[in-house]
Amino acid sequence: MLKEIICAGFGGQGIITTGILISYCAFETGSQFTWYPSYGAEMRGGTANCTIKISDEEIASPLAKDIDILIAMNGPAIDKFESSLRPGGYLFVNSSLITDRVYRNDVNVIEVDTAALAEEANNPKGANIAMIGALIKKTGIMTFEGCSDAIEKYFTEHGKAKFNEANQAALKIGYNKF
Amino acid sequence: MAEKAIMKGNEALAEAALRAGCRFFSGYPITPQTEVLEYLSWRMSEVGGELIQTEDELTGLHMLIGASLAGSRVLSTSAGPGFALFHEGISYICGCEIPAVLVDVQRVGGACGGISASQGDYEEVTHGGGNGDSQYVVLTPASVQEEVDMMKEAYEIAEKYRNPVVILTDAIIGQMMEGITLPDFADIDIDKFDYTYKELKDGEDGIQRGGYPGQGFPAYAAHMGAKYKAMKEAEQRWENIEVSDADVVCVAYGISSRVCKEAVRKARAKGIKLGLIRLITAWPFPEKAFAEINPDCKGLLAVEMSIKGQMVPDIKLATKCNMPVYGYFSLDVVPDADVVVETAEKIIAGTCEEV
Amino acid sequence: MAIKKFEIPELLKDKPSHGACQGCGHGICWRIIYEVVEELGYKNKHVIFHDLACGSHGLFATHGHAFSGAHGRAIPTATGYKRIRPDMLVFSYAGDGATYNIGMQHTVHTAARNENITAIVVNNTNFGMTGGQMSATSLIGQKTTSSPAGRDSKENGNPIDIVNLYHGMDIAYLARGAVDSVPNINKTKNYIRKAFQKQMAGEGFSLVEILAPCPTNWNLTPAAALDRMENEIFKIYTLGEFIERSAK
Repeated sequence: MLKEIICAGFGGQGIITTGILISYCAFETGSQFTWYPSYGAEMRGGTANCTIKISDEEIASPLAKDIDILIAMNGPAIDKFESSLRPGGYLFVNSSLITDRVYRNDVNVIEVDTAALAEEANNPKGANIAMIGALIKKTGIMTFEGCSDAIEKYFTEHGKAKFNEANQAALKIGYNKF
Repeated sequence: MAEKAIMKGNEALAEAALRAGCRFFSGYPITPQTEVLEYLSWRMSEVGGELIQTEDELTGLHMLIGASLAGSRVLSTSAGPGFALFHEGISYICGCEIPAVLVDVQRVGGACGGISASQGDYEEVTHGGGNGDSQYVVLTPASVQEEVDMMKEAYEIAEKYRNPVVILTDAIIGQMMEGITLPDFADIDIDKFDYTYKELKDGEDGIQRGGYPGQGFPAYAAHMGAKYKAMKEAEQRWENIEVSDADVVCVAYGISSRVCKEAVRKARAKGIKLGLIRLITAWPFPEKAFAEINPDCKGLLAVEMSIKGQMVPDIKLATKCNMPVYGYFSLDVVPDADVVVETAEKIIAGTCEEV
Repeated sequence: MAIKKFEIPELLKDKPSHGACQGCGHGICWRIIYEVVEELGYKNKHVIFHDLACGSHGLFATHGHAFSGAHGRAIPTATGYKRIRPDMLVFSYAGDGATYNIGMQHTVHTAARNENITAIVVNNTNFGMTGGQMSATSLIGQKTTSSPAGRDSKENGNPIDIVNLYHGMDIAYLARGAVDSVPNINKTKNYIRKAFQKQMAGEGFSLVEILAPCPTNWNLTPAAALDRMENEIFKIYTLGEFIERSAK
């Protein structure tokens, strides 16, 4: 089953890394995936975003057409992509930054207070990972164990094994909250 | 050791070049190719190679000539506007008969154009822009894994013919990440070839040659003509998908061919007999692929991200103009599989206009 | 006093005539270059990267490794080679048109990178091969086939002097010699030797400009061409060593 995910927010919010982590989880759990960034001039100012497609089968274009899941880390991300969500899709809202908004009523809106979750996990940089925890719990697109192993492997391979414990805590807290 | 990784197309092809034994890169930044330069700017020194960020793209190619003459496997990469500057060097690399691998990560538009994806460099790359009769094999990857696999193949073809090989890719494949398997590191002996310039033994004469034929033009013409003919015969590569019973056959390469593959699946599910010829070489154009098509096929559908349908003349020549050719040209937007299927339906219904 | 025996360098023996015009400076340049190559022991370990045009007549005049790349690109081609085989003595050989007109970007950036190669530039103040057009170094007032009334700074811009251009550049060596007289030829040979030695000591980029006569395109006899060098050219392009960095 093909899932189209867009991850969007301010530059510096770890948008690209969040997308890569989701991709890596898909890769390590045996799914096909594509990850595609906004690049070049688009990167300067405004919204950074990347598109992840996950499927059991070969993926054609890496660009999204009917978005299943939108991870919105800031307000402009919602302005830009909410209308492209398919009915019944998931809208994950970073409620630490985005408050008092009215959303489409034909999509599942999940408000995730990522800053609070990161604090609870005692991992100030763990907001995105907490968001991934919420994502897999609510959508069921991947297993918790698969993602947990993949994220640990990713940071170990990138020389950041010392953050493994804190990252696992953030993932677990995000997952258990929903 | 072969290893699994997730990488961007641009970075994957850079890493694959190193694993294929490339130890010299010279190039200039240009979106959407820049990650190749950036990646190699730290990675090349780890494997003991040389990298020069050049004053322009043209310079890079002339450095390649020197490094290739020294026996190294060499690489330069660019996008369309920079590739235009490559052509002086390409003509020399062909004329001097030395191997080199070049990459064009296509972006949109003539002039400066824009940085988004496109397939508008097909003619620029496959039909050359350099002076004289220069010609070279053009490989067209459709996935990040293929960018990796083609790198080794590109060096082998380049050395087999002592000629450049170009990998023609695009911004989508260059920028996207997929899961890949990287090959082992190859061991390259820079003294392997007798045409490279190395330290002489006492009494041994050096090599004196240049960008014009030492043997005279008639002999050069016969030699190069035979070489290009041999390349055309031996190096055609393609993938045919469900063409033997097809009513309509798409012709596409790179990112467009992935979409066409999806379109074939969607069409077949609806009972529409759609097939696909995916180019793996753009030059030589895989004429042989067309022999496998259903002789009662109602038409060929060229799908590419360009304005004028740059593959169309090659398709018409490959079929000796005996089959109608239609087009879906999407310039800077990745083609839509549903539109491919709709166009095929129109062709079958006889309501589509030929190109 | 011992009399020095007149010997042609081994690298130039039994090769076809190089085809330069009467009174041309290139033959002397090749002679002193290959003398230095042999004297320093690089007979089997050197590559010359020619430009096109008159200088590349020397391509087939040597037994050593020689390559002629594109017009204006001898310096980057030499750069690519040297990076892969740093133990070889590598030098480019090109004219003023190649180095200061079409290839100027390489002349600037190769110096900026302090590439460990030597550029030998034969400056005869015109494009010789194509029939004597104005080049970057043609003097004000010099009549060429593309400045028939004489170079005019308002019309044609001013000549470029590499010594001014390289002012402040952190390169190993910059010198300008000439091949108009025995003393100048001997000095020039020493400049080339120093440049090659610095390269092989890994000190970086060296450029030796050699002022040379072009009687054919100056429309002068060989003897009058030498007079022009002394009376006109040396006044604008001064001879000597301009940058010399000692080994670190």
